[in-house]
Amino acid sequence: MRENNSIFQNIDWLLVLLYFVLVLIGWANIYAAVFNEENSSIFDSTQKYGKQLIWIATSLLLIILILFIDGKVFQTLAYPIYIVSILSLIGLFVFGKEIAGARSWYAFGSFSLQPSEFAKFATALALARFVGAEGISLKKWRNRAIGLAIILLPAILIIPQPDPGSALVYFALILVLYREGLSPNYIFFGISLIVLFILSLLINSLYLSLGLVVLGIIIFFITRNIRRFFWKILLALTVFISFIQIVDYAFNNILEDRHRNRINILIGKAHDPQGIGYNTEQSKIAIGSGGLDGKGFLKGTQTKYDFVPEQSTDFIFCTVGEEWGFIGSTILILLFILLFFRLIRVAERQKTAFTRVYGYSVVAILFFHFSVNIAMTIGLAPVIGIPLPFFSYGGSSLWGFTILLFIFIKLDAYRHQIL
Amino acid sequence: MKRKHLFHFFFIIIALVFISRLFYIQVIRDDYKLLAARNSERKITVYPGRGLIYDRNHKLLVSNQVAYDIMVIPRQVKSMDTLSFCNLLGIKKEDFISGMKKAKTYSWQKSSVFLKQVSKEQYAYFQEKLHNFQGFYSQKRILRDYPNHSNASNVMGFIGEASDKFLEKNSEYKKGDLIGKTGIEKSYEKQLRGKAGVKFLMVDVHNRVKGPFENGKYDTLPIPGNDIISTIDLELQAYGEKLMQGKRGSIVAIEPSTGEILALITSPSYDPDLLVGRERTKNYNRLYIDSINKPLYDRGLLAQYPPGSPFKVINALIGLQEGVIKPSTSYTCRHGFHYGRLHVACHCDTYFPIALRTAISKSCNNYFCTVFKEIIEKYPTQEGMDRWSAHVKSFGLGNWLNNDLATGRPGFVPDASYYNRIDGATNWRAVRAISLGIGQGELDLTPIQLANMTAAIANRGHYFTPHIVKRIGNKSVDEEKYLKPKHTSIDPKHFEVVIDGMYDVFEKGTARASRLDSIEMCGKTGTAENPHGQDHSIFTVFAPRKNPKIAIAIIVENGYWGSRWAAPIASLLVELYINGKISRPEMEKRMIEGDLSEEYMKQLKEKFNLDSVPTITR
Repeated sequence: MRENNSIFQNIDWLLVLLYFVLVLIGWANIYAAVFNEENSSIFDSTQKYGKQLIWIATSLLLIILILFIDGKVFQTLAYPIYIVSILSLIGLFVFGKEIAGARSWYAFGSFSLQPSEFAKFATALALARFVGAEGISLKKWRNRAIGLAIILLPAILIIPQPDPGSALVYFALILVLYREGLSPNYIFFGISLIVLFILSLLINSLYLSLGLVVLGIIIFFITRNIRRFFWKILLALTVFISFIQIVDYAFNNILEDRHRNRINILIGKAHDPQGIGYNTEQSKIAIGSGGLDGKGFLKGTQTKYDFVPEQSTDFIFCTVGEEWGFIGSTILILLFILLFFRLIRVAERQKTAFTRVYGYSVVAILFFHFSVNIAMTIGLAPVIGIPLPFFSYGGSSLWGFTILLFIFIKLDAYRHQIL
Repeated sequence: MKRKHLFHFFFIIIALVFISRLFYIQVIRDDYKLLAARNSERKITVYPGRGLIYDRNHKLLVSNQVAYDIMVIPRQVKSMDTLSFCNLLGIKKEDFISGMKKAKTYSWQKSSVFLKQVSKEQYAYFQEKLHNFQGFYSQKRILRDYPNHSNASNVMGFIGEASDKFLEKNSEYKKGDLIGKTGIEKSYEKQLRGKAGVKFLMVDVHNRVKGPFENGKYDTLPIPGNDIISTIDLELQAYGEKLMQGKRGSIVAIEPSTGEILALITSPSYDPDLLVGRERTKNYNRLYIDSINKPLYDRGLLAQYPPGSPFKVINALIGLQEGVIKPSTSYTCRHGFHYGRLHVACHCDTYFPIALRTAISKSCNNYFCTVFKEIIEKYPTQEGMDRWSAHVKSFGLGNWLNNDLATGRPGFVPDASYYNRIDGATNWRAVRAISLGIGQGELDLTPIQLANMTAAIANRGHYFTPHIVKRIGNKSVDEEKYLKPKHTSIDPKHFEVVIDGMYDVFEKGTARASRLDSIEMCGKTGTAENPHGQDHSIFTVFAPRKNPKIAIAIIVENGYWGSRWAAPIASLLVELYINGKISRPEMEKRMIEGDLSEEYMKQLKEKFNLDSVPTITR
């Protein structure tokens, strides 16, 4: 073990740089989103950009704190952290404060924290601890079940807040299990279900089922020499057709009108730019009006004049689209993609499975947030309220993502100390 | 381990999907720019100030005031406190509902007028709360203001919203534009209107104005309308209106040397303030349906009456021109004109032969019936009738004046073909139309025609088309038709004796009581029979005798006889116009206080067989 007192030694500076670039661009766009001529001082703590500056400053303290902590502490404390996090989610049912219809917050005076933002890194740590342990193979049913349970427990606790958006994030962690040896069939099966889900909304369930049967028969004839495929095809058909029927039933009988409407608008079956589709429509107008090179910094009208709802939190990408245009938006997307590639690269160079699994969890969570958030603003996904990492206004989410990323940076730096 | 490649695959797919989607909505589709503009940019029409109207002495007749139209964009209306909205604007909930419905029917996206012409005062309260009502905003409008209130309302006319029919023909106007509907406002609409400007503003989602769009790069300034100087003399007009109160009828005063209309009075008239603002429709309907007083009916231009005795002067002039009489030609009146079984009674009370000058001052019916008969019989009857008719028409009678007044009537002067048609035969004789000799019968003149006829006599044989506007902006009205004299078919030399007769009307004739030492006036009383009740009191006058400055025709409906109302009122107007002051307060008081409403009420009762007339409460 080498002796070195610098906490910055062996840090992956590219990740740190990307983090700061994103946080600062994000802050500039929050400033633009709420900017007005009367209050233009960047330190005005009554304005969102002023508050975000405080969150950024405190995040710096968190970063330094994380870098000071010994790398092995995270592995050691993974389960306790996870348990505390689960308890904090359970505690919401009793002590939670309702903001905007969701009981997702603990209030401390004027300051509130959203534990679901912190449960992300806690779950990632616990998953890494479990899957990364010696001799754990995901070929075993039991291990797969425990892995899934670690992932799904916080999601189940978050859904009834209600905050289905934040809950969905955890499903992205299943991808991490794939990296660690989960059969690709799960991924294939999952994707098939998503595709079928969308198709069953678009197409009459009877025709869809008949189509599947025809497809099954074709595959059967192609593979008729391989006996065992017959049963697999039959099983898959049964599951898929039942799934279609369940979706069809659920959509028409269980979902409430507002959900149905939201989905109908998204898949183009209904058009209602005034009511349910308002947010998406305004978001598309803001981004679309940016054109190729945008209207320029602080020149956006759609976000600044509040036509886009939640323009500094979930819809912050609209400001980018409007003021920086196609060029600016594309650069931002490429910055995120670069971050993800770098994270995979760093995760793959790890000596310990714990750090690698944790790294993949970081990628999965950030990537899911990024994809769903931007897809929502450009009208490719329904309005699911989750923030754009490092970018959206909000203390809990910035702290949560900062901790998530910097634990990984710390673990990566720490790898040289492991023999 | 190649499983990381699935992750790379996802990253690349998502990046490609997002970038191509962004390319589609930001670069390929351009309608989002339009939608964004529709969200945040508001086009405001800046209405120009309508031209002001002055009287001939630069006294203001019509000016402008500001009001506000409340506009709505239904798409942007969110749930709001409807009750306080209604209270602030002073409307009922039903009005709100029907207004919204109307706006939605017109367009969901485009703005339309929700409430018209909210006064400055009321708007001040509303404006403070405007930000609570998403989708609503205001638009400044220019309304008319009448500093003299009820004076000359028929001359100025009023403005109102352009009708659909008008909009079809005039593409430069749009729905809701205010246009002149009557009077000068109508006939000089083009000059008064000016040109509207546009202003682009930025607004936020709460409809609060955030400033000009692109620093006003696309804004245009409104061009105000031209001011108009009318020929009207406000003092004379107001005095005439005062003298006419309580009486029905009209007065038209013309400056003979120019054809400029000095006063155009109709009575009863209306208060133009009633036709401004939100009560306009209600008030307008009230005025419009008043078929008893007809306040919107400009009698000076539209009412047609047989002129009665003032027309005798024309017959005298035609007789002189045709040579059937000389100034010395005398006839003896035996209580009227008698021909076979035909009698036209006369009250001239002369029992000796009288010459033309006396015949005019005494208004002898016998004399002018005889003259008329002589004129017609100088030729074969048909030709004689047509020649007479042509002479009469040369005084601007029996046809449209073709001037700058918004309305008018041609009147009627018969010719031979008229009687052929009526009788179905051509063998009628001069006496068939004998009442034309004394200005009765098949003869209809509007008061302005009568005034113009008087001006032509005052000018000794020519007139200038009467007109109501002197200057537009900095430019005089120099149309040829107003500058070029129209000559009558009578030689100027024949006028003097006739004018002497008209002078004698004041000196020793029918209008002795209205005589003035200071001004030599020439006039002619008239008493025109009418089927509705008492005779109309008619008078024409010009003064001074040499170099006339003013010619007036006045008709007081059912005013018994010419010298009772019409002559004194006319002489007071002449006195005011020429001397600038009134020396006969007694007469003035009698005229102002004179009230014929009992006579009008009697006619109503007879017409509808009523014992009493229900009073109309306002």
